[in-house]
Amino acid sequence: MALTIAEVEHVAHLARLRLSADELEKLQHELSHILDYIDMLKEVDVSSVAPTAQVTDLANVMRDDEVRPSLPREAVLANAPDQRDGMFRVKDIF
Amino acid sequence: MAELYELTITEARRRLDAGDITSVQLTEAVLERIAAVDSQVRAYLAISDDLAMRQARAADARRRAGNATGPLDGIPLAIKDVINVQGLTTTCGSKIIENFVPPYDSTAVARLKDAGAVLLGKTNCDEFAMGSSTERSAFFVTHNPWDLERVPGGSSGGSAAAVAAGAALGALGTDTGGSIRQPASLCGVTGLKPTYGRVSRYGLVAFGSSLDQIGPFAWTAQDCALILGAIAGADPHDSTAAPQPVPDYVAGLNGDVRGLRVGVPKEYFVEGLEAGVEAAVRDALELLRANGAEIVDVSLPHTKYALPVYYIIAPAEASANLARYDGVRYGVKQAGDSYWDELERTRGSGFGAEVRRRIMLGTYALSAGYYDAYYKRAQQVRTLIRRDFEQAFAQVDILAAPTSPTVAFKIGEKTDDPLAMYLEDVCTLPINLAGMPGLVVPCGFSAGLPVGLQLIGRPFDEGTLLRAGDAYQRLTDWHTRRPALTAST
Repeated sequence: MALTIAEVEHVAHLARLRLSADELEKLQHELSHILDYIDMLKEVDVSSVAPTAQVTDLANVMRDDEVRPSLPREAVLANAPDQRDGMFRVKDIF
Repeated sequence: MAELYELTITEARRRLDAGDITSVQLTEAVLERIAAVDSQVRAYLAISDDLAMRQARAADARRRAGNATGPLDGIPLAIKDVINVQGLTTTCGSKIIENFVPPYDSTAVARLKDAGAVLLGKTNCDEFAMGSSTERSAFFVTHNPWDLERVPGGSSGGSAAAVAAGAALGALGTDTGGSIRQPASLCGVTGLKPTYGRVSRYGLVAFGSSLDQIGPFAWTAQDCALILGAIAGADPHDSTAAPQPVPDYVAGLNGDVRGLRVGVPKEYFVEGLEAGVEAAVRDALELLRANGAEIVDVSLPHTKYALPVYYIIAPAEASANLARYDGVRYGVKQAGDSYWDELERTRGSGFGAEVRRRIMLGTYALSAGYYDAYYKRAQQVRTLIRRDFEQAFAQVDILAAPTSPTVAFKIGEKTDDPLAMYLEDVCTLPINLAGMPGLVVPCGFSAGLPVGLQLIGRPFDEGTLLRAGDAYQRLTDWHTRRPALTAST
């Protein structure tokens, strides 16, 4: 399945990846090639097959809703590129 | 007499208990070995010698006081750099998070510490564990100790190479599609991918959350049994960590394979399987048969779909997991004009080419209009792959197959063709899709390079796998071979 450059640009935007024109073109070819390979799944009859999302067969693992110790705020903020007043700091979003 | 750094964990433990050696002597010997050979192998991203020596002295003090904590007390181990050790940088082999110092231990590491293990450092890996050669580390390539011009496999190539080089007695790796088993095979060591959910993933940096598992590398199945026993079990921090009780894996190693039904899936003897690899695997099966195992031909008919299913599901999960690298809470942020500009610059330049490719593939597969055609269909075929295993395990106790179609390949040989690299995992990734455990034991050499036999078990039946692997190692000496590395001067 051949992807267009516009489709690759759209996916890069969804993934929030800033890519060069060269890389967009490279990915257009590589992803098309990989999707061609993946297309072999179309030959499998899956009409009455339930999807597998996980393999543990565990469901609704619950615990008591009680207060437990958590990491101190300073330890959590220590890795942040930018912080102020005990919060992560980012540029204006709007 | 073997050098201290060449010992198995079991033998080191015996000598520690007998008072013949101390953990400080053992740890110093391994750190000296790292200093002597790691400039060639490059297994380690960071060496935590201060921490290791502190832990070794504490282990010796416990032992002198008669309080040794368990079978790993004073044993030097290495940790793959996608697994958090409090206070040591976790880079994941990536520039985007190269400065991240985790404020907590992963559960697996916390349990190793409780068991008294000595932590030598963090090992190299493909970026975010995406790769089959460790060439995709953003920092440097790790070299195979058996032939320095070749890859160690991946993505846990640093952990496998560290054990093979005598630069650790054992190590933790992770396996999402073969990342423990393939490097174990290519480096001639033993490696175990436990059942999905057997080991907590808390503190493991997520790649494919329905596939990822932490597991051990060591020289022997017995040593892997020791490490698994220490790290396995339920964890309140990971709701997918299974509640099944953890058996005494070592106590189950009785050397007996009589009556064991071993299935040989014909689909794993694939086109492209090297003759030397097939011969070593067939010889291993013949040896098991000669010692009382029953060898049975079985079929896993959906095997050929595992690779395309995996390359939908794993990138889809990765694209969601890696959305968190936004340069806000941790990592390296690139400056820009606005929040969105910074976000796109940070991610566009922080991730390497293979990670960007997989994020793009996964994002596409999950995007509006394509979800049913790709992601849902892949999950449906995943069900069929899982059923294949269930049907096979109705007939047999374990399965035996090659691990990788090839021995270690030359550095650079497959980096230009993503699909050729993905095919490295064709014999390992079906097991992740189905959630089974897989054990790799060295079973010979092809053209001077190690070959590993892959044993696949029922969910939570690591005990039978380890018993078969240990029995095989009592009959063979492949796991006692060591690469001829010369110390740098």
